[in-house]
Amino acid sequence: MSLLGRFDIVYMPILMDHKYFDSSGGSREIHIPKARLGLISGGVRNEQQLRIAEKMRRQCDAIWAFGTCAAYGGIPAMMNIFEDKDLFRRYYRTAEGTDAAPDPSQVIPPFLERTFALDEKIAVDFILAGCPPHHDFIALALESILEGKSPEAPLVSVCDSCPAKREGKGSAQRIRRFVENARYQPDKPIAEMRCLLDQGILCMGPVTLAGCAGMNGGPPRCIEARVPCRGCYGPVRKDGNQIMDILNALVSNGIDTKNLADKLSLLRFSGAHGRLTKRCVQKAE
Amino acid sequence: MRQTVAGSASASAREIIIEPVTRIEGHARIGIRLDESGGVAEARVHIMSMRGFEKFIEGRAAEEVPGIVTRICGICPWQHHLASNKAVDGCVGAEVPPAGRLLRELTQVLAHISDKVLHFFFLAGPDFFVDSQQCSAGNIMTIAAQAPELAKRVFAMRYRGQMMLEKFAGRAIHPDAIVPGGFSKPMSRLERDQLHADALDQLEFARFALDFAKEHVFSQFDAGLMQLGDISTGFLGMVNPEDGGLELSDGILRLMRPDGSFHEFSGREYTDFIAEHVEPWSYAKFPYARGWGEGFSMQLDDPRGIYRTNCLARINVADFIPTPLAQAELLEFRSLFGRPAQSTMLYHWARLIELLYACEKVVELLEDPAITGQQVRSDVVPKAGRGVGCVEAPRGTLIHDYSTDEEGFITRANLIVGTTHNLAPINMSVNRVARDLIKNGEVTGEALNRIEMAVRAYDP
Repeated sequence: MSLLGRFDIVYMPILMDHKYFDSSGGSREIHIPKARLGLISGGVRNEQQLRIAEKMRRQCDAIWAFGTCAAYGGIPAMMNIFEDKDLFRRYYRTAEGTDAAPDPSQVIPPFLERTFALDEKIAVDFILAGCPPHHDFIALALESILEGKSPEAPLVSVCDSCPAKREGKGSAQRIRRFVENARYQPDKPIAEMRCLLDQGILCMGPVTLAGCAGMNGGPPRCIEARVPCRGCYGPVRKDGNQIMDILNALVSNGIDTKNLADKLSLLRFSGAHGRLTKRCVQKAE
Repeated sequence: MRQTVAGSASASAREIIIEPVTRIEGHARIGIRLDESGGVAEARVHIMSMRGFEKFIEGRAAEEVPGIVTRICGICPWQHHLASNKAVDGCVGAEVPPAGRLLRELTQVLAHISDKVLHFFFLAGPDFFVDSQQCSAGNIMTIAAQAPELAKRVFAMRYRGQMMLEKFAGRAIHPDAIVPGGFSKPMSRLERDQLHADALDQLEFARFALDFAKEHVFSQFDAGLMQLGDISTGFLGMVNPEDGGLELSDGILRLMRPDGSFHEFSGREYTDFIAEHVEPWSYAKFPYARGWGEGFSMQLDDPRGIYRTNCLARINVADFIPTPLAQAELLEFRSLFGRPAQSTMLYHWARLIELLYACEKVVELLEDPAITGQQVRSDVVPKAGRGVGCVEAPRGTLIHDYSTDEEGFITRANLIVGTTHNLAPINMSVNRVARDLIKNGEVTGEALNRIEMAVRAYDP
């Protein structure tokens, strides 16, 4: 709240009224006001989203990719392993209870060939990852620009910020599916729970950017729920590859990766930038 | 005036575009085509994108899907999370232990509370309690400036609701604590006691919110507002199978006709009662009541198959509300507006009655000694099957329908999400306001905001 008063918000459709077009039916040029800073959430999936992103780039001095979808494609980029025509056939013609019809095509913007992260389409000045980004880091980044500094994000992994007990290499040989709960004493803190990877539960902590617990130093949020990390902050470093990095981490810990279920979904949060493609499926098969 | 007044009366046909529709949680565009005489020929609400969850969860390990579909919605991830887990439970035949069921219900109902506060005060409220003469635009920031004490209370309530979820379940947004077979962790007595204290504060706020709304908002509901976007439809919502009381997490679905008669069905039977229609101008489909056998039409004078969901629908279909304060409010509401109540603006009133119910229900759940039971999850053995998981999300009935192969991977998924049930009614309400307020080509800023107010009532 105190931070809000130090910014003049000029455009934010979820909370403020604003229209792209003069409603009298004049110009069809998208209107977005000028600003020092523009925050864009979401990946780029269709032509209109692309036009809005390009317009914001022109109108703003700096653009931040806000959240994991904008940064790395996020969950919607999982669609990149399928063909859009197969989605449309399923959704409009074969879904249970749907009256089969041709694909809608009037007024609505056509899809691009896949889901893109924001920086594949426009220049991005800063990435604030997270699904969702933690408010501590949003505030920190905004404060830094008020002070005229460049914003920074932590560059450590979820593992680095996790208090669970690691016994290290060789303690698990196989990865089991998360169909039974982790083993722990419910009345004891996370620091007394054995690391989930050591328990043979796949956890993306080693290859995922920390930050979900904010700046108070608490355990990562999923671990707090005694559930493994699934990677929602994206890779630790911007050019990291969560699937390659986790497979390497598992192998170097002596864990057999052959029986890992649904390997492609290890990239469920970072499938843009050409990482998840239709070819992946053929390879996996 | 919240928007620039748009042009003078024009003799020629033209199109008015309202985009983006603002102070809603989703994304939409309204197109209004005027005819030669300046009257409304056609008004449409276009849903401009889709992501394809139905397709890309094919091939995923079933137990992972409840942590993926949360991203369908940043406002109601808990409801998608629960509906998905229930669908997976159905696929693998998992039985959830009593404490697991209670924790699932607790988190689901808690999530309803935060959503209703957000919608009433942050999104829709500015239409009613911001002095628009002083401000160029009504929004939560102007409420904060004009009524700082109210804003402080609202922010605190919303923050506390999110923190209650986060402290116990790790994540408030995009959770993963519900798992196939139950819940990921038991609740300690200490956690229960802390949540209980917070829940009593939430309940007090809910009572304040309803009193505040009656004095400052519902008192403005004159004939003009009661007719804003008013249409006559059926209603769909969940009820308790034993007694017909309001139910958000686990129950049967009741589909009510405009005359108040109804059918009941289980989630698995949904395709017998609900079908989806495709229009060429919207990515989202339009669910309708196939069970009525009258087809689909959004014509204002002859609607076919149209029903509504969300809070107004739920309190219309329920025979009663099983908590005392909310039940008293329901009786007052029914004495004023009958059953089923049809006026679109009454969604706001129904939302705050449900807020009261949710707060009472959370207290009740936390006072159930079984909620601190240690056995919260039964082990799940992946296998072939089909499961349909239904819950009530803030915007309406969620239906997640999955099939799995013998190793427990998803082979097929169909989803009907809350807001889509209301897409046909929203289109009709927009048409109704547009036809009432746009005449002779004259389009005022006030008329355009009133069109959006009709959309906002549905909280899409």
